[in-house]
Amino acid sequence: MKALFRFLAKYHSFFLFLLLEILSLVMVYNFNSYQKARYLNSSNRITASIYNTFSAVENYFRLASVNERLARENAYLKSLISDLPYIKITPYSVTSKAEITDSVYRFISARVINNSVDKPYNYITLNKGRKHGVKADQGIVCSEGIVGVITHVSESYSLGFSVLNKKWGASAKLKSNGTFGPLSWDGESAEFANLNGIPFHVPVAPGDTVVTSSYSSVFPEGVMIGTVDSVEQPPGDNYYHIKVKLAVNFRALSYVDIVDNLKKNEIVTLERNKTDE
Amino acid sequence: MNNYFVKYGVMFVSLVLVQVLILNQVQFSGFFNPYIYVLFILLLPSNTPKYAVLILGFILGFVIDIFTNTLGVHSAATVFVAFIRPAILRLISNREDDRGDYPGLNHSNPGWFITYVLMMVFIHHFILFYLEVYTFSNFFTTFYRIILSSLFSSLVIVLSQFLVFKE
Repeated sequence: MKALFRFLAKYHSFFLFLLLEILSLVMVYNFNSYQKARYLNSSNRITASIYNTFSAVENYFRLASVNERLARENAYLKSLISDLPYIKITPYSVTSKAEITDSVYRFISARVINNSVDKPYNYITLNKGRKHGVKADQGIVCSEGIVGVITHVSESYSLGFSVLNKKWGASAKLKSNGTFGPLSWDGESAEFANLNGIPFHVPVAPGDTVVTSSYSSVFPEGVMIGTVDSVEQPPGDNYYHIKVKLAVNFRALSYVDIVDNLKKNEIVTLERNKTDE
Repeated sequence: MNNYFVKYGVMFVSLVLVQVLILNQVQFSGFFNPYIYVLFILLLPSNTPKYAVLILGFILGFVIDIFTNTLGVHSAATVFVAFIRPAILRLISNREDDRGDYPGLNHSNPGWFITYVLMMVFIHHFILFYLEVYTFSNFFTTFYRIILSSLFSSLVIVLSQFLVFKE
């Protein structure tokens, strides 16, 4: 026993090293199944408020381009308003009842306080949280197109995957003929993503628009994702390899909207009941 | 002793803030990701107990991990360089080369310091980048990123020694 203690004391630094290294690797492994890391991420109070303060300063330098984008979006929305008979504007939020999707969406405006584009798993931290009505699995969009999905929510901040994250892919479709497939990101470039699962008999050409499909309750149908950049027909495969040029410039994100699907619970409950039978 | 706590405390906080608020926000085309916070481990006095270096390394990596949403990745890399530091120090120091307690630039000759930084930063980045991509496919793309980023981080670290941490 004594010898064992002496042995441990002699090599204590090596055992401490092993312990800490194994602890770290266990965390790496666990964080890769992301639900487990609920509190230790950049939406917790301390880290988020540091990011928030800093991004408030940084935002002054972006005001000009943000203003310009808002003005453009305003003009676009004004041109759309005559086409939407079911739109209702309240002082706090815009609720639109789109007949096509039969869901009601509420948009929560948020500021991006932290964002990365060149990691294999990119996250985006927003300054809105539970008290503003943000929940996990809500979509994030901006005026150019889809941005990501919320994964973690704290009291006043939230964290989400951006499209540039290998762990998540949106459900996408070709606008021209409605063929749908999953969108994925290969970790290479912040400008491009891949569209999979489009069979060879469907006509696809560079320049075609890719939008969100109606098969998920995360995004409204038809939100811009990007345009087809190149199409490959790999031999021995059943599906095209389609490279999509993303509409959103992830390097210059400042304001986004979180999509709250007010009918989501109803849809989820319905689908769950169906599988129970 | 107290003096040391203040000095290294300030260094810890400022390196973490510079890392997460400035360097992590600057996005150099995806190939350059400078990580300079490891300088804290490099500059600990040579006679710091090994367990203290390891624990400090773990805390440092862990704090960076929380900010960057990569739980465990930075901790693993930093604990490893903390562990290997005494061996590296022994490896590159000649006996007549009298370094003293503080492995900083102005207490040692520049060539020695640059070798020390390059080796430590390369080992750190090597573990960090492979853990981050979590795969050995595209081995050489990642390796290329490691080389570029290590050189860049080392450059920033050596320059910072001339500018900031003078005393």
